[in-house]
Formats: sequence, C-alpha cells, structure tokens
Amino acid sequence: MVKNRLWWLAIVAVIAVAMTAAACGDDDGATGGGETSDVAAMPEFPAGSTMDKLQKAGKITVGTKFDQPLFGLKNPTNDEIEGFDVEIARAVAEGIFGEGNAEGKVEFVETPSKVREARITQGRVDMVVATYTINDDRKKLIAFAGPYYVAGQDIMVRADDDSIAGVEDLNGKKVCSVQGSTSIDNVREQAPQADLSITFDVYSLCAEALADGRVDAVSTDNVILLGLIDAADPDTFKLVGNPFTEEPYGIGVGKDDTEFRTFINDRLEEMYADGTWAQAFEDTVGVVEDETPEPPPVDRY
Amino acid sequence: MDVILDNFDRFADGFWITVQLTLLSFVFAFAIGVLIAGFRVSPIPPLRAAGALYVETVRNTPLLVLLILAFFGLPKLGFTWSPFITAVVVMSLYTGAFIAEAVRAGINTVAAGQAEAARALGLTFTQVLGYVVLPQALRSVVQPLGSLFSALVRNTSLAYVISVLDLTGTADRIGNETAQYLPAFIGAFIGYLILTLPAGYVIGVIERRVAVKR
Repeated sequence: MVKNRLWWLAIVAVIAVAMTAAACGDDDGATGGGETSDVAAMPEFPAGSTMDKLQKAGKITVGTKFDQPLFGLKNPTNDEIEGFDVEIARAVAEGIFGEGNAEGKVEFVETPSKVREARITQGRVDMVVATYTINDDRKKLIAFAGPYYVAGQDIMVRADDDSIAGVEDLNGKKVCSVQGSTSIDNVREQAPQADLSITFDVYSLCAEALADGRVDAVSTDNVILLGLIDAADPDTFKLVGNPFTEEPYGIGVGKDDTEFRTFINDRLEEMYADGTWAQAFEDTVGVVEDETPEPPPVDRY
Repeated sequence: MDVILDNFDRFADGFWITVQLTLLSFVFAFAIGVLIAGFRVSPIPPLRAAGALYVETVRNTPLLVLLILAFFGLPKLGFTWSPFITAVVVMSLYTGAFIAEAVRAGINTVAAGQAEAARALGLTFTQVLGYVVLPQALRSVVQPLGSLFSALVRNTSLAYVISVLDLTGTADRIGNETAQYLPAFIGAFIGYLILTLPAGYVIGVIERRVAVKR
C-alpha cells in the first residue's frame, strides 16, 4: 500500500511540474522570432495615456459586430471575425503595438447596435468599430474618432418587387429595421407613414422577415444591405440603389479620452496615406463594391 | 420617472396587449391541457403515446426557441400569422403541456374507486372523465394551475423578440428611443406586478373555495 501511494505522489508531482513548465514557456511570445531585430520597434507613448496602458497590457479589446457581412462577421469554420471594421481595428492596433505586432493582441467582443455606448461607458471595450454612425446624440455619451468610411442609408426589397423606388415610397409600407439604430430614426423622419411595427435586434432577422413576406422593405446603411444580399440565395433581394442619407462611420471611444481620440485620428490619416486603408477596403467591402472610394477626412472636433 | 409618465399611454397599451396575450393563451392552454391529460390516461395506446410525445417535446424546449422557430419557420410552411397570433399559438401549446401534466397529477389523486364505480354504472370513458374524475381532479390542482398562470404572465414577456408590442416590448422601444432603459423597465416591472400579485390573491381565494374537504 505505501509503495503504491508513493508512486502516485511521484506521478502527480511530475505532471504538475511539467504543466507549470509548459505554461511558463508560452509567456515569451507566440511567434518564433523572439526579441531579435525582426520585430518592428514599439512606438513610445506618454506615460498614463490609454495607448501606453494598452501597450503595457499587451491587449486591446475592440467591440465589433459579429453578424454583419463585410464589416464584422464571425466565420463559423474558424471562429475568426472578418470584415472592414475588423481590419481597421487591427490597423489601429498596429499603431499601438508596432507594425506586424498586433497578432493575438486584439480581442473582439460582440457589440450589437443597442449596446455600443454601454460597452464604452462601462469600460468593457477600449474602442468600438461596429458600423457606428456618428451623430450628436451619441456624442453626448461617448466620443468618435474618424469617420473612416461614409455609407448611405438605402432600401432592400424582394427581387421581384418594383413598387419601391425611394424613401418616399416607404410610406404605408411595412419596413423592418433595428431598434436603437440611426436607420430607424431616419425612416421615421423621412417616411412618417411607414409601418415600423416589426423590428428586431439584428438585421439578419429583418432579412428573414422580408423573405417571408412579413415586411416589404429593410432599410439601413447600403453596405450592410449589400452584405445581406450577398449572404442570401441569389435573386432573393435587391438594393433600390437610391441612398437618402450620408452615414459617416466612426470609432467610438470614451468621451473624455481626447488623447486616445487624437492618436486614432492620427493613425487613420497614416493609414489613408500609406494605402493600408485602401487595402483593408479592397479585402472586405471591395469584394461586393467594385469602386474603392476616397477615405473621408477625419473630424477633429 | 418622467419617462414612465410621459409615455404612460404606450405603457397602458403594452399592458393591455400583455393581458390579452395571457388570457387568450391560458384559455387555449387549459383546453389543450385537459385534452392531452385525457389522452394520457385514455385506454387507447396511440393516444397515450401522442400525448406523452407532445408533453415531453414541448416541456423540454425553451419557450424562446419555440417562439423564434414558429415566427420564422411557419411562413416557410405557408402560415404567415401576425406576431401576436404566433405568440398566442406558441404560448398556448407550451403552457398546455405543463397544464396537461398538472391535470394528470390531479386525475391520479382521484380514488380509483370513483372511476371503477362510474364504469360499473355504464358511463363511457369521456363521460367518466367529464362527469366524475375531472371535477374532482381540477379542484385539487388549483394551486399548480395558478402558478402556471402566473408563469404564463411572465413568459409572455418573451413575445417581444418577435415584435409583439407587449409590456416588455414597449419598455424596450421606449428605452431605445429615450436611451433611458432603467426607468422604462422599472415601468414594465411595476406593470407585471400589477398583473401577478392580484392574480395570486384571486387564485388563493378560488383554491380555498373549491378545496376538497377531507
């Protein structure tokens, strides 16, 4: 009996030591290069600034959509989030951790339209890049860097429906949008007789309702609609193609963090100049929209 | 709390929708429940099996999942009902399964001698159930049925995900529009208490009235 017990103790001890050694081993950094000259130098930031804190923490938490094709979509096969917003966030992160150094340091958190402000004010994320339209109401709660893209609100209908050619035609029709979005407010403003009784938390359910005939139209930013059209079976939906607003997408950060906002704006201008922005666009939205537009000037308010 | 007072008429509308949803669903659920309980105690094996299958499936699926499945699945089968009707149907079927089990438990507490005597008198199965067993069974399950009713009031809040403008849906919309979620949902909270507390009291009164005196 005693011999058995000693053997067990020995085995458990060996396993414990082995696991500790393995865990310790990983801390030196994921990629093979180590601390040699291959790695680009990390930029310096004033002590106490958000950028400095993030750099020291080695991690930045970004809120994005997980269900928005082309902008923030979780790929079910590998659990990676893909899209234009995601690429912009990664490029901004490279501004903090250094060129090519952001791998594994960006954590994405799902952030539906309704909770974008709450995620920032509660400190759950460091910034929100989630098809986030800049407007004055939101500026009361948080601050925006950018804009980094200008979309426009448009209308999506069933492919065989020709009765809607513009926003005025939405009066008297059933329109689906998402609670808490600027899209639903714009429809209320520009088509006051539109029937907005059916709404959901995500646009993908609006697309379902459109296909089922529960609603006659879905209205939100055109690139979100393009993504929904792309994701559905071919010839289910079509875009009316008559945008009636300008939707500047910005990066949401804490209201009082002017330093961080200035840093992101500087980084965005860098990305415009060195082609990173255009590349991010072409890799994502560019798949559906052939023309790469000019990036919008950032608004330092 | 201005949010509640300024939007009082919308809260009242939402409250009324919740009341309609609850009452309609409970009536249908009760009918379904008694029927299925009858199936489960009937002498016909296929009916017993059907009843058991229905109860086990419905009781073991989350109501939210059922609502979304019905709302997006039924149109694909050709039934595009309004959100309200879809909600009533789903809640009735869901609560009906639980009522069936409660009623069946009640039936089982009725002395076997009652059913035997009734049979001996020449009553058919449905007559036995309807005239002898159920009246006694239902009297003994008022509390469980009461708590199922209370649960139904609270379950109706889930209908908001399929765009039913009930109390919760109204609170959600108002919260969205004014960015003041807390007051809006406190309004909903109060609304539900106004429904459940008196209902609980009334059920207690009914139970004492019809209790089987042993």
